[in-house]
Amino acid sequence: MIHSLFLVNASGDIFLEKHWKSVVSRSVCDYFFEAVERATEPENVPPVIPTPHHCLINVLRQRIYFVAVIQSEVPPLFVIEFLHRVVDTFQDYFGVCTEAAVKDNVVVVYELLEEMLDNGFPLATESNILKELIKPPTILRTVVNTITGSTNVGEQLPTGQLSVVPWRRTGVKYTNNEAYFDVVEEIDAIIDKSGSTITAEIQGVIDACVKLTGMPDLTLSFMNPRLLDDVSFHPCVRFKRWEAERILSFVPPDGNFRLLSYHVSSQNLVAIPVYVKHNISFREGSSQGRFELTLGPKQTMGKAVESVLVSSQLPRGVLNANLSPSQGTYTFDPVTKLLSWDVGKINPQKLPSLKGSMSLQTGASKPDENPTINLQFKIQQLAVSGLKVNRLDMYGEKYKPFKGIKYMTKAGKFQVRT
Amino acid sequence: LKVINCCVWDPSGEIFELKAELNSDKKEKKKEAVKKVIASMTVGKDVSALFPDVVNCMQTDNLELKKLVYLYLMNYAKSQPDMAIMAVNTFVKDCEDPNPLIRALAVRTMGCIRVDKITEYLCEPLRKCLKDEDPYVRKTAAVCVAKLHDINAQLVEDQGFLDTLKDLISDSNPMVVANAVAALSEIAESHPNSNLLDLNPQTINKLLTALNECTEWGQIFILDCLANYMPRDDRESQSICERVTPRLSHANSAVVLSAVKVLMKFMEMLPKDLDYYGTLLKKLAPPLVTLLSAEPELQYVALRNINLIVQKRPEILKHEMKVFFVKYNDPIYVKLEKLDIMIRLASQANIAQVLAELKEYATEVDVDFVRKAVRAIGRCAIKVEQSAERCVSTLLDLIQTKVNYVVQEAIVVIKDIFRKYPNKYESVIATLCENLDSLDEPEARAAMIWIVGEYAERIDNADELLESFLEGFHDESTQVQLQLLTAIVKLFLKKPTETQELVQQVLSLATQDSDNPDLRDRGYIYWRLLSTDPVAAKEVVLAEKPLISEETDLIEPTLLEELICHIGTLASVYHKPPSAFVEGSRGVQHKRLPARMGAGLGAAPAAMPASLGGAPAVGGGLGDLFDLGGGVGMPTGSYVAPKTAWLLAMKAKGLEISGTFARRGGIIQMDLSLTNKAMSVMTDFAIQFNRNSFGLAPAGPMQVLTPLSPNQTIDVSLPLSMSGPVMKMEPLNNLQVAVKNNIDVFYFSCQYPLSLLFVEDGKMDRQVFLATWKDIPNDNEAQFQIKDIHLNSDVASNKLQGSNIFTIAKRTVEGQDMLYQSVKLTNGIWVLAEMRIQTGNPNYTKTNGFRDCMQKQMYDSTSVVRFSSK
Repeated sequence: MIHSLFLVNASGDIFLEKHWKSVVSRSVCDYFFEAVERATEPENVPPVIPTPHHCLINVLRQRIYFVAVIQSEVPPLFVIEFLHRVVDTFQDYFGVCTEAAVKDNVVVVYELLEEMLDNGFPLATESNILKELIKPPTILRTVVNTITGSTNVGEQLPTGQLSVVPWRRTGVKYTNNEAYFDVVEEIDAIIDKSGSTITAEIQGVIDACVKLTGMPDLTLSFMNPRLLDDVSFHPCVRFKRWEAERILSFVPPDGNFRLLSYHVSSQNLVAIPVYVKHNISFREGSSQGRFELTLGPKQTMGKAVESVLVSSQLPRGVLNANLSPSQGTYTFDPVTKLLSWDVGKINPQKLPSLKGSMSLQTGASKPDENPTINLQFKIQQLAVSGLKVNRLDMYGEKYKPFKGIKYMTKAGKFQVRT
Repeated sequence: LKVINCCVWDPSGEIFELKAELNSDKKEKKKEAVKKVIASMTVGKDVSALFPDVVNCMQTDNLELKKLVYLYLMNYAKSQPDMAIMAVNTFVKDCEDPNPLIRALAVRTMGCIRVDKITEYLCEPLRKCLKDEDPYVRKTAAVCVAKLHDINAQLVEDQGFLDTLKDLISDSNPMVVANAVAALSEIAESHPNSNLLDLNPQTINKLLTALNECTEWGQIFILDCLANYMPRDDRESQSICERVTPRLSHANSAVVLSAVKVLMKFMEMLPKDLDYYGTLLKKLAPPLVTLLSAEPELQYVALRNINLIVQKRPEILKHEMKVFFVKYNDPIYVKLEKLDIMIRLASQANIAQVLAELKEYATEVDVDFVRKAVRAIGRCAIKVEQSAERCVSTLLDLIQTKVNYVVQEAIVVIKDIFRKYPNKYESVIATLCENLDSLDEPEARAAMIWIVGEYAERIDNADELLESFLEGFHDESTQVQLQLLTAIVKLFLKKPTETQELVQQVLSLATQDSDNPDLRDRGYIYWRLLSTDPVAAKEVVLAEKPLISEETDLIEPTLLEELICHIGTLASVYHKPPSAFVEGSRGVQHKRLPARMGAGLGAAPAAMPASLGGAPAVGGGLGDLFDLGGGVGMPTGSYVAPKTAWLLAMKAKGLEISGTFARRGGIIQMDLSLTNKAMSVMTDFAIQFNRNSFGLAPAGPMQVLTPLSPNQTIDVSLPLSMSGPVMKMEPLNNLQVAVKNNIDVFYFSCQYPLSLLFVEDGKMDRQVFLATWKDIPNDNEAQFQIKDIHLNSDVASNKLQGSNIFTIAKRTVEGQDMLYQSVKLTNGIWVLAEMRIQTGNPNYTKTNGFRDCMQKQMYDSTSVVRFSSK
């Protein structure tokens, strides 16, 4: 099981360590530092690093490496999932997961880690339960604690921990009962030079914010549940009912949670909402290159494409870019060669474009690589897969909750090759 | 003195201050001080000197303070064992606290104090907590057993904690079950043979029930534990699979992968024609694809596992090629893994797409990735023959880019393509030669030199090209030097007239000026070959080369099987068996996939013949009737044992006889091999039997027509009748034989298989069978177990029918197949049998009943001889 955890910052300092079994010397991290050295980019550090006596499994989040040390045969995914849970918990408690936040709250961090793992076995990882055990720090609570001498550690056994619904605490009370669901779909796509789709798939999630009194039992049904053939559920969803009736039936956790995530594969046709016309070219023997980019809406079901951001890693040989956008602003970093263009909203009547020239090092040969264009965008009130919620019902409680469903489509890893 | 002391370990005076604060009367100040201590500890400062002061704060009602002190204790108890004993009393007291949170906290912390002296005090509180009424305390206590075992394994065993832990597997609370399983699994790792997790259908059922209700982490432990179970038959296997498949939709990727492991292992037992088998295959693809949309670290682990899965069962993901296409901002470790899987999935159907992608990747920025992409094109050419031409032209396009490392990689792979498809693509050599100057990597240079040497006759200026390499011979790497030597020798053999000088030059460079023994030896061998026998040299050096294999980088099948059993673990990421990296590899067991039912002949363990060895003279027991020893391809029919030596030459003046018995078309035959190991010719053979239990006698004289000359062997088939005189023998199937020839008379005895006497009309009427079965007295019954037979009931029944053992009826009781069978002997005696087959468990139980009481005595002994060998 998980033996120890080291948190390492971007400059390679260990700023926190926690051991759940015997103490493992910090020097074990030397193997990790070697791997960091070998990697060209911070993201390229391999997640699983074998050492003679241990195995180091790390994730990189917010420029912090979370390095777990394990000594026996443990499923690496188990470790990685757990590390993600640690990051989420920190974020949940401190708002951000940065070195400063961790250092400022070091005792709470230590208490949390102690509650999350016992002898390397996960103990309490649900945020609902943790918050009953250890109250998140707030300015108000710190003040109150100093005056009254009370603590931020819960005195009671967390109620949810052993019930059949461990994800929900009992005795929840709200004056306004509300349940909101966000259907968010991300399109991952690779578009080739000529504009045809090489692969496209949709990663969808339904995130919920449920603030309901008591023990509500919800059902959520879809107009077209057949789209959902590859789904991952929050543990609260009753799988049998889904299998039989294609209805989501669940007692929700309190607060924010991800109800399900789904995947619409490349087998199905995925509508591509945006097209990019590009002409990025260099001429042999010339120190100038041409750059032309035009964006336009494609299949958007009449909805506006907003928050469009274009970024591209230009070839290393490019010294500078002299471009003019028809709308929005662009920046080019001559050091990292990263071009980014904040386009904003696409107006179908007046397509946004970015045109101009790039200057190359004089005498340098024509760059070999073709830059790839990375696209981000948002479309409100549209689930591009066509998924639609039919109805949401609540049982088990008498009151009438406010209900709301929102749809949104975003670009995930949306890449256009040139 | 105090001040001096401080200076030694506390340059800033911080610890001194903290000490004072810890001993303060004010609760609040104390707590703040402990917090500061913990904060220092967390960042790695040594605050162990404060041990007594912190422990003093332990007896408090303030839960947070208590927790903080516990945290401190866990960290430093080891370095201050004597002080730590002071804490024991508080632990014991806290274990009886009315608040289960405190009880659990105490038992949890206790286990983390890794001090031998303390552990014995902890046994009593732990025992209570293991039986606590509150499941939260029980589940915490279960983990504590594992902790204690880590510190003092003997103590845990002596105290009987392991048994208590095993009992917890049947606990009513799923979380307790999960933790008990996790603890036992961890303990079992250091006790590979302890059989701690003794899984049987009942416990499996408990685990499957708990699986649905416990936390995601508990599900991982339970699934990993389930994967170690060996189901009894395909039905049980299917029912477990059915109950595990919902886990594929879990949000936690570790749960998903552990479920995949269970399914991959258990589906091995399902018959391929089963509908469910196809359903299961289809269900496996989506969750694997979904894993690829997760964070890159998760993707990496998933990809390493998918790499194994596509090697084992390519059909699962064969339509999912596109999800492995590389995104330009994937981390390099993800890119490389994706590429590998793309090649494994490449087939004629998708090769065009794959090639287009690979060509795209070859223009990316990352050098390692580009190289691998170019190599991948070569691998595609070798794997999918139809694509070879397209691959070669793609490679040529890439060479045209003149990007240095691309060109070099391309040349390396083109060499492999030449070896796979000789005399097909040599037209590109000219293009390759243009790039000779840009090659600076040994592997590429060596590849190019190989090509020039191999095709010297088609390259006009081959000698010039090779000569140009020769100039810097000593600066080249060994790989290039060896290749250059060979290439020039090839060239010389092909164009001897113009290149004599060149070959002499290289030979002297290799033999005289080099201190590399490999190079020198190879040089000498060539030299000698060329000087003594140029024709032989030509045959050796220009010999046709074996084609290279289709798939490179495949994991060897037994390793692959083992790795499939370890899906989701470190082994699956390293692609190495756990024994290769687990610390000390304390007796790690190699895991194997279960064998598929009915296809088990090949899988029958090698121990089979050995277990037969107990009674070899019987010439085959029940196991033989199942045709296990015979291997694959035996026709169904009566089982014939291989010939065994009956009479040895040294005892019979040079005559050696080996033989066996067979029943062919209702006639019993004795097959004999007579060998003359003497110096003179043997003639006048005759054979006779002594009286025996079933009246076997030769039906005619033994036909040995020609004289048997020295070192000659002849095979004789002697038909036997059942009309001879009867005498009960011991053992019952013993047969005494006399063989006469022109030299002498020789005696030997052999034993015939009882199945020889099973007649063709031994199928009893169903009704008669039922009536007779009831009438068999208990005394006439005998039971035998037959082990290690991997056949399902239908196959077994068919095989037995070949030996005239007829299945009258079949029924299934509690997942076990029962076959009711009848056999009639040549002397009219019926034997009825009930065979219980536990599919999945290769042990059959056979109950025989004998109808004829008069014969009981005799046939009891028959049965002993007949079946006891199993």
